[in-house]
Amino acid sequence: MITQLFSDIAGLWEKYSTVYLTGIANTLILATTATLIGCIIGFFCGILQTIPCGPNEKLLKRIFLKILRILIRAYVEVFRGTPMILQAVFIYYGMPYFFDVSFKNIWTVSIIVVSINTGAYMAESVRGGIMSIDPGQFEGAKAIGMNHWQTMLYVILPQTLRNIMPQIGNNYIINVKDTSVMFIIGFSDFFAVHKMVSGAVFKYFPSAFLEMGGYLCLTLLASFLLRKLEKKLAGKSNYELVTDDSLVMTAGTYSYPAEGSPFDEINKDYKGGKS
Amino acid sequence: MSEHILEVRHLSKTFGTHAVLKDIDFTVDKGDVTTIIGASGSGKSTLLRCINLLETLTTGEILFHGQDVTKGRINASSYRAKVGMVFQSFNLFNNLTVLSNCMIGQQKVLKIPKEEAHKRALFYLSKVGMAPYINARPDQISGGQKQRVAIARALAMEPEVLLFDEPTSALDPEMVGEVLDVMKSLAQKDNMTMLVVTHEMSFAKEVSTHVVYMADGLIEEEGDPARIFTNPESQRTRDFLKRILQS
Ligand SMILES: Nc1ncnc2c1ncn2[C@@H]1O[C@H](COP(=O)(O)OP(=O)(O)OP(=O)(O)O)[C@@H](O)[C@H]1O
Ligand SMILES: [Mg+2]
Repeated sequence: MITQLFSDIAGLWEKYSTVYLTGIANTLILATTATLIGCIIGFFCGILQTIPCGPNEKLLKRIFLKILRILIRAYVEVFRGTPMILQAVFIYYGMPYFFDVSFKNIWTVSIIVVSINTGAYMAESVRGGIMSIDPGQFEGAKAIGMNHWQTMLYVILPQTLRNIMPQIGNNYIINVKDTSVMFIIGFSDFFAVHKMVSGAVFKYFPSAFLEMGGYLCLTLLASFLLRKLEKKLAGKSNYELVTDDSLVMTAGTYSYPAEGSPFDEINKDYKGGKS
Repeated sequence: MSEHILEVRHLSKTFGTHAVLKDIDFTVDKGDVTTIIGASGSGKSTLLRCINLLETLTTGEILFHGQDVTKGRINASSYRAKVGMVFQSFNLFNNLTVLSNCMIGQQKVLKIPKEEAHKRALFYLSKVGMAPYINARPDQISGGQKQRVAIARALAMEPEVLLFDEPTSALDPEMVGEVLDVMKSLAQKDNMTMLVVTHEMSFAKEVSTHVVYMADGLIEEEGDPARIFTNPESQRTRDFLKRILQS
């Protein structure tokens, strides 16, 4: 019996491997693009929501910022608060009522829907990430004359990105799986292949088995790569000391010294040499 | 006409109903090393933060070369670039190396080309004895080293005045000296104009040219350090100094 299962799977794979692989490729392209665009949307909303809006700003600016915040709020609530499958239907069939040109490009709609959805979740993550950064970082940047955008771009967001990497990873993995609902508008992702194939040859379980394994492989791989990226963003755990006269790299690499280690000695020599 | 670099006029600051600063007046001239001393909660940090526009004043004005910087917030950034600040908690940018910390402001705010910014950063980092550490990140160096980098970062902007808010208070005792040495050399060798909030009375006494004693949001007494420390006019100043010099 179990041998039957494996021979069925092998049969399916032999016949439909390109279809399955295309499905996987489509799923990955959609999930990756939409996660990236979603992150950009999220970061953008995060910056806009944290523009200082104190009583000392100009009235017009304050009104503008208030409206902006309300709009972002509404966006987040609407797209977090409705099922993505419904959003897809809504946009796919709704757009032709509003736009002259046919909007019925499945890829475009799918990317838009998943991006906007991810963006709504990311907006909240980014806002939380920004709020969790030490206020001293903002002040340090302000004190050397950076404006809000510069502060965000060069100081706050890089740190935020590092802090919310786990959430981005989460969103990515969710997207790999949940893009499957796009079958509703005819997007041929990995799951849509299952429906197509099992509908044709009635091998529901073998195909589902293949799909389970396939999705799991994808998400495990994604997890692994995201962890690597996280490590990379954390930076090197040691640094190279630079000699004081030539300011070229020394050959040796020193890891972080405890206080009072030889490292401190080097520094004292340096200071002594200066005066 | 004697133009002061900084002139604080009738500055007051209220948080809710709590009047933290009440009608503060004082001036800073080129080359002055002014120390602000006073009990905890007397409003010293708030005063510095007001001067650097990190807090908005309730009333009063701050003149920088005779120009009021509190109105028309457009030039707040360029003003801040000319008035550096060193914080008690360092506030180095955690995502950047020591070198980048000292370059980013030059490049983005002053629009200095990269090579020039690099040179300048190295120059000031060597001044504070931190040039060997250019590749380290802030979480990889000690408190005293962080503060020296923070000083170099402020210096790299080549400000006209440098504000220090208790630069040694967050440091372990054995690291206080290295930071004070740097500050002393800035004051005495480079003639940097400095405004320093500190609890280090020896610094106030030996390095500063002017001492301001604050109590309850007011300037209780100010003047020459030699006089303030030996013969203060006010009873409160006398009590404060007695208390702090004993401990
Ligand atoms: N953001 C704020 N909101 C409300 N009250 C504040 C705020 N910042 C400071 N204060 C109050 O203002 C008063 C003065 O604070 P400040 O930090 O200026 O004192 P300080 O002289 O620097 O004290 P220390 O020597 O402990 O640093 C304190 O009573 C403090 O509680
Ligand atoms: Mg203080």
